[in-house]
Amino acid sequence: MENKWFTISVYSENNVGLLNRISGIFLKRHINIESLNVSKSEIDDVSKFTIVAHTTEKWVHNIVGQIEKQIEVIKAYYHTDDETIYQESALFKIASGLLFDERQIQNIIKDNNAQIVTVSRDFFVIAKSGRRNEIDDMHDQLKPYGIMQFVRSGRISVTKDEMKISAILKEF
Amino acid sequence: METVKEKKKSTDSKKAIKISGAEAIIHCLLAEGVDTMYGYPGGAIMPVYDELYKFQDKLTHILTRHEQGATHAAQGYARVSGRVGVAIATSGPGATNLVTGLADAQIDSTPMVCITGQVTRQLLGTDAFQETDIIGISTPVTKWNYQITEASEIPEVMAKAFYIAKSGRPGPVLIDITKNAQIDKFDFSYKKCTGVRSYKPVPKPEMSAIQAAADLINSAKKPFIVWGQGVILGQAEKELKELVEKANIPAAWTIMGASALDTAHPLNVGMVGMHGNYGPNLMTNECDLLLAIGMRFDDRVTGRLEDYAKQAKVIHFEIDPAEVNKNVHADVAVLGNSKDTLGLILPLINENKHEAWHNIFKEKYKIEYDTIIKNDIHPTKDGLTMGEVIEEINLASNNKAVIVSDVGQHQMIACRYAKFSQSKSNITSGGLGTMGFALPAAIGAKMGAMDREVVAIIGDGGFQMTIQELGVIFQHKVPVKIVVLNNEHLGMVRQWQELFFEKRYASTVMVNPDFVKIAEGYSIEAKRISERKDLKSTIQEMMASKEPYFLEVKVEQEDNVFPMIPSGASVSEVRLK
Repeated sequence: MENKWFTISVYSENNVGLLNRISGIFLKRHINIESLNVSKSEIDDVSKFTIVAHTTEKWVHNIVGQIEKQIEVIKAYYHTDDETIYQESALFKIASGLLFDERQIQNIIKDNNAQIVTVSRDFFVIAKSGRRNEIDDMHDQLKPYGIMQFVRSGRISVTKDEMKISAILKEF
Repeated sequence: METVKEKKKSTDSKKAIKISGAEAIIHCLLAEGVDTMYGYPGGAIMPVYDELYKFQDKLTHILTRHEQGATHAAQGYARVSGRVGVAIATSGPGATNLVTGLADAQIDSTPMVCITGQVTRQLLGTDAFQETDIIGISTPVTKWNYQITEASEIPEVMAKAFYIAKSGRPGPVLIDITKNAQIDKFDFSYKKCTGVRSYKPVPKPEMSAIQAAADLINSAKKPFIVWGQGVILGQAEKELKELVEKANIPAAWTIMGASALDTAHPLNVGMVGMHGNYGPNLMTNECDLLLAIGMRFDDRVTGRLEDYAKQAKVIHFEIDPAEVNKNVHADVAVLGNSKDTLGLILPLINENKHEAWHNIFKEKYKIEYDTIIKNDIHPTKDGLTMGEVIEEINLASNNKAVIVSDVGQHQMIACRYAKFSQSKSNITSGGLGTMGFALPAAIGAKMGAMDREVVAIIGDGGFQMTIQELGVIFQHKVPVKIVVLNNEHLGMVRQWQELFFEKRYASTVMVNPDFVKIAEGYSIEAKRISERKDLKSTIQEMMASKEPYFLEVKVEQEDNVFPMIPSGASVSEVRLK
């Protein structure tokens, strides 16, 4: 079975220690978490973990089964990339002088549909949302001019299919 | 937690009283029907022990000599009685000493609640004396765990702990309680937990799956049942027997499933797995339908997965959805409690006969008997065998004893040859293989079933891992029978060294102390035998005794356990020598 990219979505209670419990399931199987995002979900008082892993379908099935078994987990799903709409977010911190001295920087921002979040005397910050490769492209374009700081978020995603968490919650 | 807590306040009918967190813990335990617990005191749990002192007429606390012993005793108690076992320890080393028992209870689905003391809330994270992150440490080996930092959380969390430990697929729960939460006073009232949002303990059986399974069973020519502990935990012994008899299906068991069906039942064909019986292992790869009931296809059961029952349709009766298709693909998965699902399928099953199929099992048994079993239980050579000791215990106990075995050769022999006539009679560390399990587990088993005879079968290696628990037997006069089968070796490892490491016996020769003297040091009646002429009479004497009794049997030093499926081999490659 070949390795593929899977997005695991976990709906859960918001309790201390649950992240440890979920990450331990990956650790026990020696499988790396490629990215992780925790946020609120569409349902009040329900948290959502979005976890990306590069593994086989056999293992992602096993992992999702174990995650769902945890007491405070309401439901866990896994999806392949073509079953989800997904994005990541990145911030670039660049020296302010470059914005005025290097005309090309403004073109890069425009061409990549990025936004300037803030400008100060010493630096300015660009925000870019999109697929991993789009952010990587923009990173490559800016790199020659010097990036003071760079950060990229974990993947966030919604699925094309319904998740029906509200219905599941009613069954408990 | 907040929302549920508020809801609780409004729904509670009982009048609240102001008490300390420590006293509240005792009231919670009493409300859950706990009468016996095992533990070891220390700084961070002292307020609870102070309350245990006041409540000693209602709640028996057994001081084990090591916290690991407390967990195994709680496990033995739980396994024999079907109730939740309770262990208690202090913070730091007290808590970390629970980890082996937690891991054992987790992998063998044993309901257990462990309570640990913790440094006071303000000291968390300061590396205070005896502070350790037991929540972090115990997370992978607990069904659930929780740290209480405020006294007011105690009733709801304790209720939840017991509910989670015993519902669905049971397992261990650890509750860590900071010292301030034990001392602070609050308005106590208790309400049993009946459900937790986000936790569905038992999946609802689907009639379509039941029907599909029934159709496969009714049309099978060579059906074969392998059942596990799910039958015992689900209290489905009667339903299993009815299914086996009605459809006339040969049935074998995993080590954890032993005793759910009488050993003497004509359709009970024995044990599967690495040292299981010859026929059941071979026939796994000959049957046309494999009914797996409450078992999880452990690698010690399946051997090489790529060659496991590939010719057969597989029906998996299982309470835990995560077990379905984990190791073996199920053509039909019947989710639910085994008592419910087997009860639902019984009316759909046609009466049947599979005589030719049964005869194959009988033929294979004859081969195994002639080459192995006969020599194990009726040996002609001089040295005593482990098998003949077990056989004498069967005879002297009329197959009614609870057999608590440790881990290794003697465990495999005990499980192969012990005869059971009652469920919950085989207490052993199946999944984790924890040496040192048997002595403390036997103490718990005896206290969980005072009317039953409890015999611990232990090797000379494992005995020394928790030997200090003789102190509990001595102090409380727990009338367990302790049989150490002494081959002066770590026998199972030695067997592997002989077979797979060209007899390089690295660190497997045991230089043992005088076990009889040690037992006598604890005022336990003790005997050592090494000759066949003394075996029957000594075992009869032991079984007739109303007191604790220690028996060391010097057995053959270099015997091997067969049949054997070598590690990584297929069940078809089961070896008779």
